Amino acid sequence: MIRSLPSSSLYRISYVVYVFLFFTFLLMPLVAISVLAFNDSNFISLPWNGFTFDWFFSSTNERQGLFADEELITSIVTSLSTGFFVAALSTLIGTLAALLFEEEQFRLKGLLYFLALAPLVIPGVILGISILLTATSAGNHIEDNFGLDVELLRPSYWLVILGQFSFAATYVMLLVSARLKKFDRTLEEAALSLKATRLEAIWYVTIPFLRPAILGAFVVAFILSFSNINTTIFLIGSDPTLPIDLYSRIRFSSTPVLNAVSFLIVVVISGLAFINFFANRSNK
Amino acid sequence: MKQNNNNSFNITFYLLIVPVLIWLVFMIVIPHAEMLISSFLVEDDEGEMIFSFANYIEFFTQKIYWLTFVKTAAYSIGVTLLAFIIAFPIAFYLSKVTSKKNAGFLMLLLLIPLWVGELVTVYGWIVLLGDNGVINHFLINIGIINEPITMLYTNFSMVVGLLYMSMLFMVIPVMSTLQSLDDSLIEAACDLGATKWDIFTKIIIPYSMPGITSGAIIVFMLVIGDYLAPNLLGGKNSLWFTEQIYNSFLQTFNWNEGAAFGFLLLMLSSGIIWLALKLSGQKLDKVGT
Repeated sequence: MIRSLPSSSLYRISYVVYVFLFFTFLLMPLVAISVLAFNDSNFISLPWNGFTFDWFFSSTNERQGLFADEELITSIVTSLSTGFFVAALSTLIGTLAALLFEEEQFRLKGLLYFLALAPLVIPGVILGISILLTATSAGNHIEDNFGLDVELLRPSYWLVILGQFSFAATYVMLLVSARLKKFDRTLEEAALSLKATRLEAIWYVTIPFLRPAILGAFVVAFILSFSNINTTIFLIGSDPTLPIDLYSRIRFSSTPVLNAVSFLIVVVISGLAFINFFANRSNK
Repeated sequence: MKQNNNNSFNITFYLLIVPVLIWLVFMIVIPHAEMLISSFLVEDDEGEMIFSFANYIEFFTQKIYWLTFVKTAAYSIGVTLLAFIIAFPIAFYLSKVTSKKNAGFLMLLLLIPLWVGELVTVYGWIVLLGDNGVINHFLINIGIINEPITMLYTNFSMVVGLLYMSMLFMVIPVMSTLQSLDDSLIEAACDLGATKWDIFTKIIIPYSMPGITSGAIIVFMLVIGDYLAPNLLGGKNSLWFTEQIYNSFLQTFNWNEGAAFGFLLLMLSSGIIWLALKLSGQKLDKVGT
């Protein structure tokens, strides 16, 4: 049953078969699209017609490869820059929130902490519509009373960033808090007794200790932003992010260029994951 | 000196709390209050917004709306159960059966679909399950079937997609509670002649209950709030409540009705989560970790 106990070979074999089937199920969609990205065919699926790089590099009318498709490239750039801003903003606020809830005592702390965790259990669609409603009525209000048109308050690039930030900050807070719980508080007290101010103690002692968690949280926030669609779809203005662009293509005009984009995402993500995995292993 | 120190403590406190308050008040509290208020507004004949229950009355009188609502809730509970049944043996395998080194590698494989993002994996299932998809091709080629089986755009493909994107969130919390289960408990039970079934139901399941609850809550929340899998993998009959919200906002542009639907969805999901927390005696902050 467990490592240290003997068990019948039938039990062991069927268990391993189950685990194997599970991981096949898990990897099947990723493997299928990765292979079909190189299929010399105008349809997204089988039959296999031979190997080609057309869906990456071709720029004929019939076949628009990934790198020749300006719309696609633009949406990738939009997603990358959105991800960067969301990660930066939520890392900053999430880290402040972690310090606040782990180190300070104040009235209504329980209520605020509950609110900070709320995005974990609020469906993304609801965050999207509630922020859209608020931004729009605030925007209308300002326009009626002051005659100003604030771009931030209409569906736009910046509203998407704010919307994604609203939940990404929660994940940052949790990741940084987990590391902060392992922090030896006496280090901070030592700095204080050596006449450092509280701010100096946090900046020179606590933050360096938190650095790995903060970096990790930045990456997580970036990935959350890069793949988000539930919240983004309501806030998007005239510059679609990559998931929004892919979504409308899947619904209205699937070509194997979708396989090529998916392949690229799978390769980049798995590459980063494996580098991270082996770097951690060699550190130990 | 003492005074000075107190001041600097206060400054730090305000530096921390002000940005956090701005986040929580402007991005969480006000938007949800606004959504609640909007849901009680309708446009009268002169184009003025007036207070009314009409949006909620609409929901309860139109069969399609509340039927979708009930169906979404029922399917979400079903998918959560399925996710538990499928994921539990995997979590147990990773934490107790295989070696640490293997577990680390398999964990990595488990995380890749999550990082790749739901859209890409949903698209992968379209490629696999379609009438001309990979699976039908494969089955026809090896001669098991002659005609393609319709799998895509059905409730089946929708459930596959929902399970696929949420399963992982059952594996991780269950795995981390199982890791702290002392092997000697199981060994002792085994020495005293307990059957596998006894060990499973009397030791392993009770011990991992906190992890199961966290996993179930996250899976349920993700499934009930999902839009992509029902929309892209589900058929004409697999309408999901989030799609109703989407339609109100982006197709019929009846935002007040959409706000009412949003509020109902929020009530449903937090109601069920609250119930799960009460029944298992857990706190919300445990779910996050």
